[in-house]
Amino acid sequence: MINIFLNGSELAVKEGSTVLEACKGAGVSIPTFCYDERLKAEGSCRICVVEVEGAPKLMPSCSTLVAPGMRVLTHSPKVVKLRKKLLELMLSNHEISCLQCEKAGNCLLQDYAYEYEVDTEKTKGRKKIAEYASSNKFFSLDQSKCILCGRCARTCSQLQANDVWAMAGRGFETEVSTPFGIDMEEAGCVHCGNCVSVCPVGALKPNTRHKFRAWETRKVRSTCAYCGVGCQIDLLVKDDKVVGVEPAGGKSNNGLLCVKGKFAFDFINHKDRLTEPLIRGEDGRLRPASWDEALGLVAGKTKEIRAEFGADAIMGLSSARVTNEENYLFMKYMRAAVGTNNVDHCARL
Amino acid sequence: MTNPAADVKNADVVFITGSNTTEAHPVIGAYVKQAVNRGTKLIVADPIRIPLAEIADVYLQIKPGTSLALSNGMLNVIFAEGLEDKEYIGKNTAGAEALRELVAEYTPERTAEICGVKADDIARAARMYASAGAASILYCMGITQHVNGVNNVYGLSNLALSTGNLGKPGSGVNPLRGQNNVQGACDMGALPDVYTGYQQVGSPDAQKKFEDAWGAKLSGEKGMPSTVALPAVLEDKVKMLYVVGENPAVSDADNQHAIKAFKKAFLVVQDIFLTETAELADVVLPAACFAEKDGTFTNSERCVQRVRKAVPPKGMADWEIFVKLMNLMGFRCHYDEPEDIFNEMAALTPSYAGITYSRIEENNGLNWPCPANGHPGTPILHVGAPIKGKGEFKAVEWVPSQEAQMEGFPVLLTTSRLQHQYHTRTMTGKTRAIEEHCPGSFVQINPKDAESWSIEDGETVRVSSPRGSVEARAIVTDGLKEGTASMPFHWADSANVLTNAEDLDPVSKIPGLKLAGVKIEKL
Repeated sequence: MINIFLNGSELAVKEGSTVLEACKGAGVSIPTFCYDERLKAEGSCRICVVEVEGAPKLMPSCSTLVAPGMRVLTHSPKVVKLRKKLLELMLSNHEISCLQCEKAGNCLLQDYAYEYEVDTEKTKGRKKIAEYASSNKFFSLDQSKCILCGRCARTCSQLQANDVWAMAGRGFETEVSTPFGIDMEEAGCVHCGNCVSVCPVGALKPNTRHKFRAWETRKVRSTCAYCGVGCQIDLLVKDDKVVGVEPAGGKSNNGLLCVKGKFAFDFINHKDRLTEPLIRGEDGRLRPASWDEALGLVAGKTKEIRAEFGADAIMGLSSARVTNEENYLFMKYMRAAVGTNNVDHCARL
Repeated sequence: MTNPAADVKNADVVFITGSNTTEAHPVIGAYVKQAVNRGTKLIVADPIRIPLAEIADVYLQIKPGTSLALSNGMLNVIFAEGLEDKEYIGKNTAGAEALRELVAEYTPERTAEICGVKADDIARAARMYASAGAASILYCMGITQHVNGVNNVYGLSNLALSTGNLGKPGSGVNPLRGQNNVQGACDMGALPDVYTGYQQVGSPDAQKKFEDAWGAKLSGEKGMPSTVALPAVLEDKVKMLYVVGENPAVSDADNQHAIKAFKKAFLVVQDIFLTETAELADVVLPAACFAEKDGTFTNSERCVQRVRKAVPPKGMADWEIFVKLMNLMGFRCHYDEPEDIFNEMAALTPSYAGITYSRIEENNGLNWPCPANGHPGTPILHVGAPIKGKGEFKAVEWVPSQEAQMEGFPVLLTTSRLQHQYHTRTMTGKTRAIEEHCPGSFVQINPKDAESWSIEDGETVRVSSPRGSVEARAIVTDGLKEGTASMPFHWADSANVLTNAEDLDPVSKIPGLKLAGVKIEKL
């Protein structure tokens, strides 16, 4: 551990940590766009700059390491002035359409513009052309909202290890692009949506049919119900409907998801969901029935078959899709209430 | 898995076989690619030239059904060249001599002939795996879904034991479980021969423990696995089937045969959609999906994590259905919420004894074994020494599958999975973009085969086995060897019409879904 002075207070921090990490540990909030703790620090957006005593210029806190006795000011007039200027420049060519933008309420640019009282009228610049043409059916890129933080490209390269996105061009023409601008499908995109999940603004967004504002939703932490990786997710819920999925930092997924976990949640509220029990009638067709009738029939038939042929004439197939509690209860039902060890599930298939 | 998923990033060498990791477990696939980008060496053995084969240091395009021969061949090289970890073998294993004798017959040359790969590549793979500081094996259904699936797994555990690749970061024998809670369903005793935590049915102590806890007389006879129960319906031994949350009318081997059993038995299906199986039911019970109830799932790395109710249920939570049925059967019971059920289970299950909902929350998930409150969980198994004391080598001979020797069905068909689809599509099929991206089934064949059968890319062809016959769009690709073909199993009228449900692994009773003898014809 070494000691630094953060906004005048002495603080013990781990050697080798960055100024940003030290600030986070001390509960001092620093704005960031390009920073992601899982990625190599790039220091490209400059919004996280701080004043370090003795340094000739402001330093990006995400890529500056702490040193013994270092004196850091995180919100000095000089720092605030530069952050404000950076935000003005970012907004000068940004399509400011917060009234229509799905990202409103969950957008770092919007948050910081508010926090730093940025005047969006002060600097006006040329806007980029909005849409990036792609056959991708899962998400889209709106260049007019992109702030060029590069998190999408670095996530694709360093975490998904897929290199579909990169920063291409120079100056005003810099943009997020596939290699040589080829179609995303051709570039090998697997639609994991991890670039969408890290985009701090409204540039990359799901092609969703759900309309919602961030403040209308609540997040419920859960576990993805597809494969056995067990990715941690936040279900976005509006009016008792799941309208989106965001990755969470679980032990097994570290904030990553695949196309199924991120985009294939429409089944939850699908019109074809079964809502009432069905019983096969005399005519051979399934007809709606009450819970009492359906469960009465299942229990009655179970008792009847057990009486005539023994409990081992009944087989229960549990499910690798339901919870542990339900698997436990089903095997208890088969063993204790029905009286057979004929219980299995689809582990082999 | 003996080791956590993300631990693959600590490996010096990763050996992937029978797992199309980037397709079926995409996040783990991404970890493998991250590791390779940082210098980890990659060995891939798979009949399909999977995406990870493209970045492998050694790619062995083995014939379907020859995994055990490959493992024995690699062990031959390891022993012949003295690459084994003699200290680990001496201290922690039993049966090395018998294995050494058996694999002496599996020279790289002979193994190469069986597997259809180069002898040099087998030797290179063996040296790479055995010389690593830490080497991890990842495998999946391409290993287990064979009539010798258990022996295939022995082959891989022999490799890990012989090189001391257990009980340390970056190592292990790591089966990637296919479904969200297949690990949990096994742990919970939803198996015919064990109670929770693999306590044996047939052990008088275990039986008494559960009888006392539940206040019920239990049967000491092991039950039937599902693959035995369906034929038993057709033999009039089983009269009633209660199927919860699965769609075996599509996913079972030889599904047309399975459907006969579903039609004959009194069939109860509990699901969230009217699946192909539910359509055959006498009673359908509408269940709640994962977003509509509280509980836990246990993932592939044995990590117990929470599922939380986010929206109201469209049907009824499965646990509530079971409680109602127990009471209707005269077995009185009551639970206020899933947490009560979890606590009852944990008290009866040594490996879960230290896990509670609040501890799961505090620890961001807990890996079993977690035997007591305060225990941090066990992300890596067999640390220090194998759990059983000694790791047993199993000297097992490779035998060719009957499916590979059938007159008139010369093509070896293996089943596959697609990243965008999941199992029988009951869930993924409801997302429009997924269906647009993956609209239907297909069969992949080699260009030379395509030429000799006069089949063009994209043409609809007939694929037949002794079990049945389907039509599918042909995709001509050099990702498959001559004489082999591959087909996804997600669709009702695809691969599982063709697979064999009769021949099962003698121990696990798994059918050989990954190898079916077929013929492919122009329409």
